[in-house]
Amino acid sequence: MSDRLLVSTRKGLFTVMRNGGHWDISGVDFLGDNVTLTLTDSRDGKSYAALDHGHFGVKLHRSTANGWEEIAGPAYPPKPEGYEEKDMWGREINWSTNKIWALAAGGPDEPGTIWCGTLPGGLFRSNDHGQSWEMMRTLWDHPLRKKWAGGGADLPGIHSICVDPRNAKQVSIAVSTGGIWHTADGGKSWTQRGEGMRAEYMPPEQAHEPNAQDVHCLAQCRAAPQRMWVQHHNGIFVSSDEGKTFTEIKDVQPSVFGFPVAVHPKEPDTAWFVPEIKDEKRIPREGKLAVTRTRDGGKSFEVLSKGLPQSHAYDVVYRHALALDDPGDRLAIGSTTGGLWVSEDQGDSWACVSHTLPPIYAVRFA
Amino acid sequence: MAKVVFTPNVQRHVGCPTAEAGGTTVREVLEKVFADNPQARGYVLDDQSALRRHMTIFVDGQMIRDRAHLADPVKASSTIHVFQALSGG
Repeated sequence: MSDRLLVSTRKGLFTVMRNGGHWDISGVDFLGDNVTLTLTDSRDGKSYAALDHGHFGVKLHRSTANGWEEIAGPAYPPKPEGYEEKDMWGREINWSTNKIWALAAGGPDEPGTIWCGTLPGGLFRSNDHGQSWEMMRTLWDHPLRKKWAGGGADLPGIHSICVDPRNAKQVSIAVSTGGIWHTADGGKSWTQRGEGMRAEYMPPEQAHEPNAQDVHCLAQCRAAPQRMWVQHHNGIFVSSDEGKTFTEIKDVQPSVFGFPVAVHPKEPDTAWFVPEIKDEKRIPREGKLAVTRTRDGGKSFEVLSKGLPQSHAYDVVYRHALALDDPGDRLAIGSTTGGLWVSEDQGDSWACVSHTLPPIYAVRFA
Repeated sequence: MAKVVFTPNVQRHVGCPTAEAGGTTVREVLEKVFADNPQARGYVLDDQSALRRHMTIFVDGQMIRDRAHLADPVKASSTIHVFQALSGG
């Protein structure tokens, strides 16, 4: 069981601890600054925090015995002189870290290896606890990468990184928008995956194009890595072959739209979602915040709302703001309107920690 | 030697004391300052060594024109102000 949460918000990084059965805010770091994501590496206990200072750019910090230290962030290579790459509006794409959108620890046999996904689409790896970073040119230079597009942002970005627990050289990532990509050799080569997903926002003849899929979040089961779950822009999809092919789960109430998904570490058929009215509104249906849970691989879903606000709630839970602890019993969600809730019974009931935090971007057990 | 003054708002993230350095362009002067203060470089310049989108630089009161290469000329008596642009909020 994890008794500690790191909550990344628009105005600081809040630490929430369980004390005597209650979850309370015990501290705040970077108060006033925009903290977008954290990673706590279970292999060595180090935490990483991504900050976006706006004017001054994106920075990465690492925990020390006495607080935090700024370390090197992922940096894009020099753009070749005369090389042009433009976005869908014809504007030049700046090869510069615009946002850190994914942080993941490498395998148990790779101490110090950290993966980092960014906007505008660069994937980076560090083998020295974030002291230095190498861009995956094999992916960046792939011709299909240039067809990635923005999803909710002007620029495309890598938001999900799943390191296969059986073999850390096998890594799957998800892109908004650019579908799912997989390496079986530690990044030497990449192939597109994700057949079977469907994009409502594309012309019919391109609806099943894997590179056009707006995956909002990708999750892989630790004990059964062949099982992957996707919360997509227009649906929920499940895979039983490591993301090669997906089946759409339809008719999920109250909605199939949302941002995050979490899968139980030992039960591949158990997954959680946070539904919102699709996609032009993005608010909880009827102002009732709820989490949905399937225990049977998507055949049925329970709507879990005990302890969550059920009147005039307009909380949106972003893709990194649903957390599941290591044993798979405790969950936490954080919302755009500063609400934070914890469940100790797999979502059956929830307790509010605060509803006055700054906008929450990410929640992680640590 | 040109004088380089940084916005006070950056100081809580990374110390950027007023510095002096020689050079005939903004690039030459700033790179000398950043050689002594490498952490400050990424707060002002992006991954392509261009001026960050919501930063501005003034040379003797004039906003520079070449944000990509920082080729605007600098005199030995110049003062360079590295500021935040209001476009960044």
